[in-house]
Amino acid sequence: MRAVGALLRKDLRAELRTGETVPAMCLFAVTTFVIFHFALDREAIDGDLASGVMWVTILFAAILGINRLFVAEREQGGFDGFLLAPVDRTAMLVAKAIALFLFLAALQVVAVPAFAVLLLEPSPFGSLHELVLVLVLGDVGLAIIGTLASALAVQTRARDLIVPIVSLPLLVPLVIAATEATSPLWAAGGAGDVPFKWLAVLGLYDLTFGLIAYAVFDFLLED
Amino acid sequence: MTYGKGLPGLAAATCLTLTTGFLLVAFYAPTDVDQGLIQKIFYLHVPLAIVTLGGFILGGILAIAYLRTGERVWDVRSYVAIHLSLVLGVAVLLTGAIWAKASWGVWWEWKEPTLVSFLIVFLLYATYQPLRFSIDDPERQSRYAAVFAITAGAFVPLNFLAVRLAEPLIHPRVFGAADSGMEGPMWLTFFVCLAGMTLLFMALWKYEMTSKNAAQQLRALRRRLADEAEARERRSAAPATTTS
Amino acid sequence: MPAQELSEAGKYLAAAYGVFVALLLIYFSIMALKLSRMERQLTELNELAERGRDGETADDALEKERV
Repeated sequence: MRAVGALLRKDLRAELRTGETVPAMCLFAVTTFVIFHFALDREAIDGDLASGVMWVTILFAAILGINRLFVAEREQGGFDGFLLAPVDRTAMLVAKAIALFLFLAALQVVAVPAFAVLLLEPSPFGSLHELVLVLVLGDVGLAIIGTLASALAVQTRARDLIVPIVSLPLLVPLVIAATEATSPLWAAGGAGDVPFKWLAVLGLYDLTFGLIAYAVFDFLLED
Repeated sequence: MTYGKGLPGLAAATCLTLTTGFLLVAFYAPTDVDQGLIQKIFYLHVPLAIVTLGGFILGGILAIAYLRTGERVWDVRSYVAIHLSLVLGVAVLLTGAIWAKASWGVWWEWKEPTLVSFLIVFLLYATYQPLRFSIDDPERQSRYAAVFAITAGAFVPLNFLAVRLAEPLIHPRVFGAADSGMEGPMWLTFFVCLAGMTLLFMALWKYEMTSKNAAQQLRALRRRLADEAEARERRSAAPATTTS
Repeated sequence: MPAQELSEAGKYLAAAYGVFVALLLIYFSIMALKLSRMERQLTELNELAERGRDGETADDALEKERV
């Protein structure tokens, strides 16, 4: 537990100091919303379309962050240092996943209001707590799969390419569930309720891949 | 370990079962009332799909064995299972598209959850080989491939669940519905074809393993003979061995 | 008896089974390639072993091969 805290603090401090990842993700998201405005040729969108546009944008912005997650470890010998320490190796998985989750949350704090201003027609505050719930469940899944894919890809030659092609298919069920869950919140007529089955799917997805990541992560760190 | 041992028998069994199956499709299975003759693609497409997905999951299970024991042979077994399933997966997608075109007039149908799920699984496993071959260190390559195979294997059922929940059903829902329109003779034909495809997968898997094993033995033999030739040369140690 | 006609549906059916057959035959060709390569390598190795028995050195063997 202490190891997780130490690793997490290191990553957060590095990000706060250099500010490489999160600002780039936010900028990418906002620019993408602008591009969507022109690509779709719409002033405002609602319902299914709004839900899809937002989640796809978050997804691709997340890929940017995932690409960079283990780069520092790889380039500065962090892996070797970590392996020498007498701690449970899964601590790195947990620490990195939490860091990624926080980065995604920071991204969404900027991106969702930006989306509301630029493209969304109905009010996003129709059912804020339900929206936050969906975002949190989605972020957990993104964080788990992202950490796994990043660890897998960082030792390969084509790191930036491997991350998207491996993680995007894996994330399809998450995207399905997240968009289906968010679209009633942004329905044109007025915010409806999130169908429970999609929250259940998100939860199941997070749980399943959390367990799997926990089980296999050690093998990615062995020398 | 020799893989070729049961192979001829397995191949013969495959040939027998699959041929019987296809003959049943042609002459025994009744023509479907709704879909007509084209329904008979079912006996080819669905067993192939089931075997392919089973092969992917098998790849994951074999990968677990590799991570547990550390013996490289399990990694080769896992690789062959996944590679074979990927190839069969191409056939599943092609036959699925042909069936879609014949039944509904379009080559692809997004409202068809089974086909869509299968495409996603296929796209995922298509990254298996690029991932493997972008890692140079062989031991690391095997380990990372195993991690991927396990994660992807667990992904398969979850993916089918999510997609099925999302899309309305127009795929002939054969296995769940009470009134699926399948009669006795159809079920028999289906199971024979399914058994045949399973045997085909096993036979092809064994075939591939035998070939890989033989190639590896060959490499080892060549190394041994080269070493022996070198040792002989050093022993003779003749002063003036001219090389022109 | 006049030649049987293939209906529209029959054409698609034939195409689907044809894909399956084509796949198996492609696999067959690839395995044939591997087999012929293996045969060539085994012949080479056999020659190498023969020369070993005759007590030739590696140099002489290489000489012969280059020629």
